[in-house]
Amino acid sequence: MADTPSSPEPIPPQPVPEPVSEDGLLVRRHRLSTRLWHWLNAVTLYVLFTSGLGIFNAHPRLYWGEYGANFDPAWLEPGRFSGWLTLPAHYSLALSRRWHLSFALVLGFSLLAYMLWSLLNRHIARDLAFRRGELKPRHVWREIRGHARLRFPTGAAARRYNVLQKASYIGVIFMLLPLMILTGLTMSPGMNAVLPWLTDLFGGRQSARSIHFILAWTLVAFFVVHIVMVIVAGPFNEIRSMITGWYRLPGAKTGAKRGGERP
Amino acid sequence: MSLLLSRRALIGSLAASMLAGCDRLADTADVREILFSAENFHKWSQRALGDRNALAPEFRADQLSPIFRANGTHDPATDEYRALWRGGFADWRLQVDGLVGRPLSLTLNQLRSMPHRTQITRHDCVEGWSAIGQWRGVPLATILHAARLSDRARYIVFHCADRMTATRPYYESIDLIDAFHPQTILAFALNDRLLSVPNGAPLRLRVERQLGYKQAKYLMRIQAVESLGNIHGGKGGYWEDVAVYEHYAGI
Repeated sequence: MADTPSSPEPIPPQPVPEPVSEDGLLVRRHRLSTRLWHWLNAVTLYVLFTSGLGIFNAHPRLYWGEYGANFDPAWLEPGRFSGWLTLPAHYSLALSRRWHLSFALVLGFSLLAYMLWSLLNRHIARDLAFRRGELKPRHVWREIRGHARLRFPTGAAARRYNVLQKASYIGVIFMLLPLMILTGLTMSPGMNAVLPWLTDLFGGRQSARSIHFILAWTLVAFFVVHIVMVIVAGPFNEIRSMITGWYRLPGAKTGAKRGGERP
Repeated sequence: MSLLLSRRALIGSLAASMLAGCDRLADTADVREILFSAENFHKWSQRALGDRNALAPEFRADQLSPIFRANGTHDPATDEYRALWRGGFADWRLQVDGLVGRPLSLTLNQLRSMPHRTQITRHDCVEGWSAIGQWRGVPLATILHAARLSDRARYIVFHCADRMTATRPYYESIDLIDAFHPQTILAFALNDRLLSVPNGAPLRLRVERQLGYKQAKYLMRIQAVESLGNIHGGKGGYWEDVAVYEHYAGI
């Protein structure tokens, strides 16, 4: 510690039991279910996003309500997305749909499996559920300020997700992805006959299409913040933990960047 | 730092090559087969989840699209079609044949005098747009019963007057679950007017639980078949043949 040399009183040699520092400790961070689902999702969401833009290009206009075609007013007309963003790279609505509608099944069923697995292995209860006091405005504000200054929890506090992480993971798993799936189903004329309440829920098929588009970009925003956080928090340690499960707790003094080094 | 940079470079080149990789994957037969099998899963699950005769949503008159967009062929423009149109479709006949006990040849007046169904439904194009219109027509089931459909028939094929290229006429097909669905009609009127040429005069199919490309326009002939393999490209429809659109377009 920086102030130790100028400290007026000498530190007693042995007796006081000091709390054991956990800085730099290698701990089990991510469960197998989380690691598997994470990487499967990385591929699935990539295919869904790029093929989704390919589908969008067939009619790059968005409407609110039940109907909407060229004569009706569009609320957004962003133009066509270029080939380096779409799957396939050349325009093929039919192939984009084949990619999108098959990987939509992967997304839906893997999300369902992950939710059930996380319920059974208590990932939701232990790691994701908010703890007492975490949602108090003062605590949340402190976390936001800390993140804004790129100061992250260290030592024992880094064992668990902080409140902002929890909020974003809960938001993605239980709100964003389910809403993506439901708005996607709402665009299917076959599903409209099976589950007519879906179109009512989202205010019409064209509204569901607009919401689907907005949520897709919300997921991209999550992805960008997620990647920035991984890079800032130490990409080697973070990526290792998502592959092997092992995570080195960052030290208090050296900060997040050099979790592996200890004085 | 160098580790970070090289990883960034790696991720960058990975992202660039991933799309190309996906494109190449889609060219291999096995990957195609897996991707394309999703169609059957969607069809099976939609039909398992709901009633086979579950109705597509119907709307009120005040929910109609101000203008119903016409898409695809706007005018078949063949000599044969032009002649029929000039005669007010008096010489037009709908042929009903194939695996039927009693082939039919129906005039427009005969069709109009049969029991009608009127429905206000949403037309969903595969491109993503939707338009709501009011359709009036004869339930396909009525025609199939009158023609005494054979037990061997598994699909109903709709042959159209419009040619997409010199050699390829438009056609479509549906299975019997959709053929006998109460909302599946042969429509001769849109929004209380006889069908205009852009919207498929004199008769078009409405299969309300599927996308727009199934709604075949300019109907000339209805054929009951056991298999789609021998008809044109063998995949059951013009777009199914020339591109890789799903035959089941309920998705």
